Amino acid sequence: MNDMRLTERAVTQTAKITARGVQVHYGTNHALKDVDVDILDKTVTAFIGPSGCGKSTFLRCLNRMNDTVASARVTGKIEMDGQDIYDPRVDPVQLRAKVGMVFQKPNPFPKSIYDNVAYGPKIHGLARGKAELDQIVETSLKKAALWNEVKDRLSAPGTGLSGGQQQRLCIARAVATSPEVLLMDEPCSALDPIATAQVEELIDELRAQFSVVIVTHSMQQAARVSQRTAFFHLGHLVEYGETGHIFTNPTDPRTEAYITGRIG
Amino acid sequence: MTDLSAAAPSSSPHHRGGASLIAPDARTQARNAAERRFRRFGLSAVLLGLVALVVLLASVLGNGVSAFRQTYVILPVTLEASVLDKAGNRNPDEMKKVTTLGYGKLMQEALIAALAERGIDTGDLKPKEIMALLSKEAPADLRDAVLADPSLIGQSIAFPAFATSRVDGYFKGRVTMDSAARDANISPAQLQLADAMRAAGLIETRLNPGFLTRPDASELRPEAAGLGVAILGSAYMMLVVLVLSLPIGVAASIYLEELAPKNRWTDLIEINIANLAAVPSIVFGILALALFINIAGLPQSAPIVGGLVLTLMTLPTIIIATRASLKAVPPSIRDAALGVGASRMQTIFHHVLPLAMPGILTGTILGLARALGESAPLLLIGMVAFVRDFPAAPPAGFFDPASALPVQVYSWTQRADPAFAERASGAIIVLLVFLLSMNALAILLRRRFERRW
Repeated sequence: MNDMRLTERAVTQTAKITARGVQVHYGTNHALKDVDVDILDKTVTAFIGPSGCGKSTFLRCLNRMNDTVASARVTGKIEMDGQDIYDPRVDPVQLRAKVGMVFQKPNPFPKSIYDNVAYGPKIHGLARGKAELDQIVETSLKKAALWNEVKDRLSAPGTGLSGGQQQRLCIARAVATSPEVLLMDEPCSALDPIATAQVEELIDELRAQFSVVIVTHSMQQAARVSQRTAFFHLGHLVEYGETGHIFTNPTDPRTEAYITGRIG
Repeated sequence: MTDLSAAAPSSSPHHRGGASLIAPDARTQARNAAERRFRRFGLSAVLLGLVALVVLLASVLGNGVSAFRQTYVILPVTLEASVLDKAGNRNPDEMKKVTTLGYGKLMQEALIAALAERGIDTGDLKPKEIMALLSKEAPADLRDAVLADPSLIGQSIAFPAFATSRVDGYFKGRVTMDSAARDANISPAQLQLADAMRAAGLIETRLNPGFLTRPDASELRPEAAGLGVAILGSAYMMLVVLVLSLPIGVAASIYLEELAPKNRWTDLIEINIANLAAVPSIVFGILALALFINIAGLPQSAPIVGGLVLTLMTLPTIIIATRASLKAVPPSIRDAALGVGASRMQTIFHHVLPLAMPGILTGTILGLARALGESAPLLLIGMVAFVRDFPAAPPAGFFDPASALPVQVYSWTQRADPAFAERASGAIIVLLVFLLSMNALAILLRRRFERRW
């Protein structure tokens, strides 16, 4: 299966997000050093690397979630569709509607399944009227491959679902605001293998509409779901390229060492 | 491994290996003994607390429950129109010309007539001494009843008049024949008459709703004293405290917890808030006296000033409780809301605050309960004054003089007549009932709003 994937990489080459010289400091800690990345549209990009290498930090730069960390300072340039997302005129709230995020631990709101998905469209005013909102909720849940499991109990609390369902609910919630980019921070690390497989399958489907960026600890997962892979180590972007290339023929010795399990 | 264990003292592994699992070794015995000791300490501490609680409740209830019952003289009295309404037009304004003296005379005559009718021997008691069995408040009560309902005039009614506190005390066991012999206010002969009247059905002890509804009464008429003004004053103050401290406290907490930058200044503010919670309440009283009465010129004894000072006292409690419950909301909820593009305000008001609500409400109600029982700062702003007039309806009533429950307890315990000690205990019961119901409300709200995530 993986080998099949490696050969069918017909990806579009338009860059959705371009990052140039991105540096992140947490107080005195230099967490991310000079990262240049082009994230392609309609592609799954995986960030791999050992713990504390800066991959999550970089992911959180892409929707300015680092703004909520008081000590974080981001320099460099990150452009989405040619617009600098760190321009002072950019409202992070608007940016986050375009760049959805799914977190490591499933974190549905303690509200009903319906309200979980409808919350984003509501606050962004994406739906005129109840019927339209219903429609958004349904399509989002369908995109997250959760509709069939929950369509009869939309008013049940989202926290009552199983872990894998909760994570797909979070994906549905992120998808509901019609983002252009979907950021996933280790979305499967709290899930069992079956739920993981479901979410991975879903990620592959989401690629048709979104540019997906996924941070993962599992190299197998990166190999399974992504078309491009970036390897981070100690705050540096060591290597970035075709997933197949990174896994079969890495150019940097550190990448090779990580992939073969000698570091990390 | 083997080398290491060989190098270790040989006795130890030998001892361990050879020890029985059933017979505990010395170390285990010592550990178990320590645990048993600790359990006994804990248990005795709990028992001590329980005993203290039982003693407290028993003493308060034992002294105070009787305050809710009062001895009445059931006086058959004919309300003569020729005495009470000389003009004959039932106009309360003109009827007011008849003072309590007039009513007192009427009652005295009625009482002596009633005794004669029932053949009760009054011995050599003078009419004035017979009349002394009734409270000094009784003529005023009858006058109030007549002025409130002029149609009573001309009728014969059985008016329940308060018996004087000594007679009341006699039937409650507080006053004895021995103590009456030494008492200038009552004589054994009067008590014998009271006994006879009780046998004839002229005196009975019944529930006294006036204890909760009547205003305070003077030193000489404890039987007429009630908690009405104090309850109303406390209620007004709690209203002021709630309206001011909940929004201010929650807003301050949200700002400090969610929006303020974490730096030296916010640390300083945090420490100061924690310290403010520990400031003796009387200090707040002095502050209120200086700030609200001397500088701002607000009236003394007014619930608005009491409410303001109690607000100052309650704020730190509410802020600390609110910040704790905001902190307890998992950060993943904030991430989730921010992640779908909610603004900070939307994140706080749609997600964080509802989850923190049970904790905030509990903290607020406990803060209010503490404020309700607070007396020291109120003494300094003049709420210890003798107030007989009910404050008006809010908002004007906030500026009228009023009393407060704990202060009423304090001022009653200051008075000489032992009847006031009974009433102070009764007031404590009322205060405790309010506190308990507030705590019950806190628990109820917490259960109702609590949601898991």
